Amino acid sequence: MKKPARTHRLWLAYMLHRLSGIGLVLFLPIHFWLLSLALTDRAAMADALQFTAHPLVKIAEYGLVFLLAVHLFGGVRLLVLEWARPVSNRWTDVHKTLAAFAVALAFAVSTLFFLRAL
Amino acid sequence: MLNLRLYMLQRLTALVMVPLVIGHLAMMIYAIQDGLTVGEILQRTQGSVAWFCFYGLFVVAVSVHGSIGFRVILHEWANLRGRALDLVTLATGIGLLILGSRAVWAVTFAELAS
Repeated sequence: MKKPARTHRLWLAYMLHRLSGIGLVLFLPIHFWLLSLALTDRAAMADALQFTAHPLVKIAEYGLVFLLAVHLFGGVRLLVLEWARPVSNRWTDVHKTLAAFAVALAFAVSTLFFLRAL
Repeated sequence: MLNLRLYMLQRLTALVMVPLVIGHLAMMIYAIQDGLTVGEILQRTQGSVAWFCFYGLFVVAVSVHGSIGFRVILHEWANLRGRALDLVTLATGIGLLILGSRAVWAVTFAELAS
């Protein structure tokens, strides 16, 4: 029996790319606003940075770095998917492997960040 | 909903951002140890033409890329279309561009220019 699309690894990769994109677009204004405090209110910027020492904030940062990394590596996979020629009839298998690789790489990069943040 | 120009802009900005995001990730991993302070950030970025160009290009690319990506999602998931879709795309892009440019300016040349 054919597996439902939603359990397909490439569907999960597509959804992860989309959700990480939304997360990043929503986070960016906060990120930019915090950096702009260097212009308007240095004390508030220092307070905000102090806040990042909190363990829960570090875990949130870990999540954000994972979103950025998984959007990067997943995005590279999509560029390959769209612009590179299929080299064989096992193209879908290649992309399943690349999708898993993208997530693993993102996990490795964000974990490295988290370990250094601790 | 996505014409050829928007599609190509989306992919072009993605390509431009590949090395920028890798650089940003590397910088974060390098800088995060022992926590971040205002002084530490500004010491690295203030007066730096290189960081101004790096993050300036990053902000332009992410404003275009993010707003087009958001457009696709709003169209597919919220059924937004036509003029409303165009307006939200534009507002997202311009909003990100203004906030991002201000942030880059704040950490590079704002103090030197004042």
